[in-house]
Parts: sequence; structure tokens; C-alpha cells
Amino acid sequence: MTLSREWLLSDRPASRRQARMGQAYRTWLGFRGNWLAMVGLGVVVLLIGLAIFADVIAPFDPVIPGDLRTERFLPPGTGAHLLGTDDQARDIFSRIVHGSRLTLMVVALVSVIATPIGMLVGTTAGYFGGWTDAILMRITDIFLAFPRLILALAFVSALGPGIENAIIAIAITSWPPYARLARAETLTIRDSDFINAARLQGASSIRILWGHVTPLCLSSVIIRVTLDMAGIILTAAGLGFLGLGAQPPQPEWGAMIASGRQFLLDFWWVATMPGIAIFIVSLGFNLLGDGLRDVLDPKARK
Amino acid sequence: MTETLLETRDLDVTFRRGRDRVPAVRDVSIAVTRGESYGIVGESGSGKSTVLRAICGLAPVSGGQILLDGAPIPDPRDAAFYRRVQMVFQDPYASLHPRHTIDRVLSEPLAIHGFDRREERIEQALAEVGLGEGFRFRYPHQLSGGQRQRVSVARALILEPQVLLLDEPTSALDASIQAEVLNLLDRIRTERGLTYVMVSHDLAVVAHMCDRLMVMQHGRMVEELTRDQLRGRAAATDYTRQLLQASKGYTPAA
Repeated sequence: MTLSREWLLSDRPASRRQARMGQAYRTWLGFRGNWLAMVGLGVVVLLIGLAIFADVIAPFDPVIPGDLRTERFLPPGTGAHLLGTDDQARDIFSRIVHGSRLTLMVVALVSVIATPIGMLVGTTAGYFGGWTDAILMRITDIFLAFPRLILALAFVSALGPGIENAIIAIAITSWPPYARLARAETLTIRDSDFINAARLQGASSIRILWGHVTPLCLSSVIIRVTLDMAGIILTAAGLGFLGLGAQPPQPEWGAMIASGRQFLLDFWWVATMPGIAIFIVSLGFNLLGDGLRDVLDPKARK
Repeated sequence: MTETLLETRDLDVTFRRGRDRVPAVRDVSIAVTRGESYGIVGESGSGKSTVLRAICGLAPVSGGQILLDGAPIPDPRDAAFYRRVQMVFQDPYASLHPRHTIDRVLSEPLAIHGFDRREERIEQALAEVGLGEGFRFRYPHQLSGGQRQRVSVARALILEPQVLLLDEPTSALDASIQAEVLNLLDRIRTERGLTYVMVSHDLAVVAHMCDRLMVMQHGRMVEELTRDQLRGRAAATDYTRQLLQASKGYTPAA
């Protein structure tokens, strides 16, 4: 069986696998037509590549200082230091490359923790309605009422500063919007005929929730999570900036900006370079999220 | 041979929302014989679809009884009930999950009820409704309205039920496709000895498909007719006569 375009786009797929891959290929064709989304995807792929191959790409060690007498605050483009060096004579480019691992870890862990919680709470509340809905959504409202950064601050100061606690704090405060979104989607399909048909076949509530409701909520939640990733990165950077996220000498981008702000006027690049990195990655995730919305959102189609 | 299979006795259905109560069906008693095709007709909002939905547990029964084979059916409905009674919905565009292939649509009921020989059953069900192998792994958006309704029929039949509830199965389709689907339903009933309860607002469809029919208005039964009475236009009530008159189509005033 060859992976040809005709095979993928066949309107008479001969197997489950071909049908699924054909559907994915059609989505990809739609996505590919949107060049801004492709730029976003490029940025995200680049970030993942940087994180995986950080040891190979980074020319210097991100943590061990260089020669403090001669190599501090070198401007960008000096010798092998593409983006200059900071107050500890460390190569900023190498630190940004290694920092991508922290950024990616924050984004991945937060979405892995927050998305399932939000989906589970939202679809359950929407599908069952009544008391279940009232209780679950009031809990969601309570979590929504916490100011995100302040709760994260309180959490981190209680558990002690560190990137892991920052991740937990961000995850705890970021699931409620997904729960609301999933509930709203569930409400619109809960009484539709295809859900009734599944009920009439004797499907259990768990089967309907997992097999019928979740796949339809998933796309809008994925879009929302992708769009929120920029916010997650910024919150993590904000915590790092306040000294409550990643601890020195970890090369976290927010913490790098914090340490560079003392020399902002004389040595602008120390704070600016990680700032640009945060900017590009946030923009990339936003563009990717917009592109995904165009392809996946059934309401935006046609 | 005149054994009653599905019966409702003084069926009441009331929709409640907060303090509002909307009585949708009042005192409907029907007795459907095994192997019969029974029609329910009436204007929009007369409660004819609600009767079907109440039978299969999608509408709240507020009074009366529903009996299958002489025994009251349990509430909530159990798996055994769904093995015996299945429904085909009105709108084929709304009754298939947009992200499930036809294969998934048909294999799910088999998985729920633990059927064996699933591959064969799916192929057989598709062949029975006139869809070839090429359709099995398509998504609903790759099918036409008539093809979708055939899939709905296949989904209902794959559990080998005794009673099929048909909620205006052709009203969302073109006239030419309507005839195809009706002939398909007729053929399957003869082949399998199924019992149909069919709701329609189209008297011609009911006259073609059903042995007996009930006329409903404002949630109540108006009268029961046999096919011959319908063809002979031998209606006992004014309302039915009006319906018969209206079904002839537009006639300019003399």
C-alpha cells in the first residue's frame, strides 16, 4: 500500500487506517493554505528542535560563567557570541537555546494537566445537567475567581520557588476556561439526534461522553489551549521575572530578563534577547492557534 | 396471528421546564400487531413524533403505560429493550456523528451488545440497505442525504430488532430519493417480518406503507383508519376529511 496523494484523498477508503489518514491529510491541506499558520507552526517546530538539540546547537555552556575579566557584557556579534554575553560572561544565545527546554516543558506540562481536567469537568457538567452541572460549574467559578498570577504567587510562596511549583500553580489556574468551553460545546450537542441514537443503542453515559461528546469538544479546546500557550509562557516568564519560577542559574527566559534589567540602559541586549525569544514563541503559538481554528472549528467552516 | 406486540395505554407526555408544563400527548392508546405497519399522521405539533420518542425513552412519560409483548417496559430502558426496538430519525444530516466513519457507526452497537461476527454483520447490513463496500470507511460528509438515511436504517437494523420506529424517515429527502428509501423499508419489512410504527405528515407515504393508521391533533387521537378506509376516503371525523382534502394539494377556489 503506497502513501500517495490519490490513496489519501480516495473517497472510497478501504480500511479504518486509510479513512483516518485521509481525514488528517485533508485537514493538513486546509492548514497548509494558511501561510500565517504555517509561520506559527514553523516557530513551534523550531522551538521543539532547539529544545531537543540544545546540546548540539548551543556553542557554550549555559550555566558555567566565562572569563569574568574579559568576557562580561560583550555586545552581540562579538567573536563567537552571536547575541553577546551577560553579567556572568555567559553566552546569551546558548542560554536562550537551553531555555527553550524550560519553556517547552512548562507549556507541555500545563496543557497535559489542565486540558484533561477542563474537558472532564466541562463535558460531565454539560452532559448530565441539573445538580451535577450546578456543583461542577460553581467549583469552576470559584477557580475562575482567583487572579491567576496572584494565586500562582501564593502557591509558589507556600511550596517554595521552583519551576515545578510554578507549573502546578499555572495548571491549577488555567483549566476553568476549558471546562466552560467544553460545557458550552456539550450543551449544543447533548440533545442532537446522533447522541440520541447512541442512547437508543444502549450506550452507557461514559461511552457517549468519551466516544461521542469529547471528540466534538476536543477541537475547540485544542484551539483554545494553543491560543493560551502564549499566556502560559508569559505567566511562567513573569514568575521567573519575580524570582518565583525557575531559580538561578537555570536559563529561564523570564529570569534572564529579570537579571538583565539592572543593566538595561548600558547593556540593552542582556534583557532584550530573551524578551525577543518570548515574543517570537508567543506569537508563533498564537498564529498556530488561529490557523487551527480556521481548519478545525466546525462553526467557522463554510 | 393478531397478537399485539407494542401497545400504549392512555399515554400522557408532559414537558416540564421550571413551572411551565406543556402537555404534548394526551390519552393515546394504540395497539400494534406483530408484523404490522402502523402509521401516525397529523399536522406539525400534533405530538406524533413525541409518541415515538416516549416509547423509546427520549420524552418524559407522565401517565399511562407502554407495553412490549404484554409486559410494561422498564424506565430507564434497559439493553434488552434496545435490542428489540430501534428508531430511525427524521433528519439524516443530524442523526450521524460527524466525526465517525460509517464503520464506526455500525460497529458501536455491536460492541455495546457484545455481538459476534462483527465484520460479517457490518458488511451484510451495508449490503442490505444497498450500500457497497466502498461506503464502509467514509465519513457522513462524504455521503448524500439518501445514503445517510440508508446508513441510519442499517444502524437500526444491525441489532436485529423486532420493532422499528420511523420518525418521518423520508421528509428530509428529495421526492425521487424518498421513493427509494420507502421501497427499501418496505422490502426489509417483508424480508425480516418487522413491525413498523411510522410517523409522517404525508398521507400518500402512509397510504403506501401502512396497514393501519391513527390521526392525531393537538396531542390527542382523532381516529383510527385502515388503509382501505383511507383509500376510500371513508373518514369519520371532520378533521380527517380536512386532512384528506389538504393532501390532494392546492385546488383553486371555484
